[in-house]
Amino acid sequence: MTGLTPGFADPALDAQASFRAVLEAMSRPGRIQRTGSSLHLPAPLGQATAAVLLALADADTGFAHDAGAAAEAWLRFHCGMPLVPAGEATFVLATGAPPALATLCQGSEEEPQASATLVIQVAGLAEDEGWHLTGPGIETEHRLRVDGAPEGFVAAWAANRAGFPCGVDVVLCAGDRLAALPRTVMIAEG
Amino acid sequence: MTITVVPPAPSTLEGYNFAYLDEATKRMIRRALLKAVAIPGHQIPFGAREMPLPYGWGTGGIQVTASILGPTDTLKVIDQGADDTTNAISIRRFFTRVAGVATTEHTAEATVVQTRHRIPERTLREDQIIVYQVPQPEPLFRLEPRRMETKRLHALADYGLMHVRLYEDIARLGHIAKAYDYPVMVNRRYLMSPSPIPAFDNPKMHRMPALQLFGAGREKRIYAIPPYTEVRSLDFEDHPFRPIRAPHACALCGSRDTYLDEVITDDAGGRLFVCSDTDFCAERQADSAKEAAE
Repeated sequence: MTGLTPGFADPALDAQASFRAVLEAMSRPGRIQRTGSSLHLPAPLGQATAAVLLALADADTGFAHDAGAAAEAWLRFHCGMPLVPAGEATFVLATGAPPALATLCQGSEEEPQASATLVIQVAGLAEDEGWHLTGPGIETEHRLRVDGAPEGFVAAWAANRAGFPCGVDVVLCAGDRLAALPRTVMIAEG
Repeated sequence: MTITVVPPAPSTLEGYNFAYLDEATKRMIRRALLKAVAIPGHQIPFGAREMPLPYGWGTGGIQVTASILGPTDTLKVIDQGADDTTNAISIRRFFTRVAGVATTEHTAEATVVQTRHRIPERTLREDQIIVYQVPQPEPLFRLEPRRMETKRLHALADYGLMHVRLYEDIARLGHIAKAYDYPVMVNRRYLMSPSPIPAFDNPKMHRMPALQLFGAGREKRIYAIPPYTEVRSLDFEDHPFRPIRAPHACALCGSRDTYLDEVITDDAGGRLFVCSDTDFCAERQADSAKEAAE
């Protein structure tokens, strides 16, 4: 276990700050939040990615990822989440091309909350340009540019949205910045 | 030998985690809250913990507040609009002791407002969160007591029962006789109990700039309304929803557009009407006193 670096300096307060960033992002889709964390992380984990998982994942949440052995060892040491196939996972981390939305856990009509949260690490996020977002949490329209968004994401999102209330919620992380796409949001290409 | 007495930290209580709940519980509630925001109006079961106060005193709201609260937050707690009732004072003091957060009685200064059965008169802003204490989260409970069945009705968005319930009021009394806990449709999908706020407050939920979170401790349910989300009170084309208030002016501040409490003043039928929102009323009184002085 050489080179395993610490998690949150203050587990209670740092987790709270990270959670509030995600809550704010989920409540106002397309608005970019900062986690403000400065962790020493194994590649390819970014600050926001690590902060989101440290704050929310634990032994109760099945986890699937494509981040490699070093990241896996770090995350599992700090969060203790069991590894499961992507189709059963509560949290799915994609640092490269994410699995198709439709293959992830969608919940059921009666329990739509039993669905996956997909954390995608992207190259960059910017407000006021790119996609046009509408839906709950948005007064008129928010705009969000996602550099390195998965190919065909907007079409896949629209298709998956048709299953509401079932669906998948997405957190986009770039560096220490994050934005979220709850399943209710409608995305139109800019 | 001298005994040095170390005074406890001025605000927070030793021996408890920040904001009372342990971190595993907070994570579980936080995950439920995020899914609640993603599925507006849908009730999500959560493992409500025993709190150091009885069910019915806001244990659900307290657990939600404890899970979102940070050291930089300013907390306001109201009970039926009032900042100075036992329940509101106890909950404010609880969070002062276990989280060391600043508290306020002024709606404008608060970042988190926990409420029992009212929405403040002052419009909430984007940077505020309102947490409702909910006794019964299931709007269909009185019509269909079986949880398994109401779950299915929500899944099918089959809310005919509630429409019939409201229609029966109209048939019998000529109007919908629900003055509080008036059911709403959230984002045109889920029927939701707004908690027992007066129907007068229902329109404030519609496209509110603030995030609205609901916690039911005994019933172990969490739900939410994201900002700027459509919230419609159930009604009929020929019997549109009407928010009701006592047709009087506040005896203290003279307001004619706020929700009023009736206060019995003597044994001879004497009564007066005052604003239920004590902070709003006090502000109006201070404003008019200032104007009078000028």
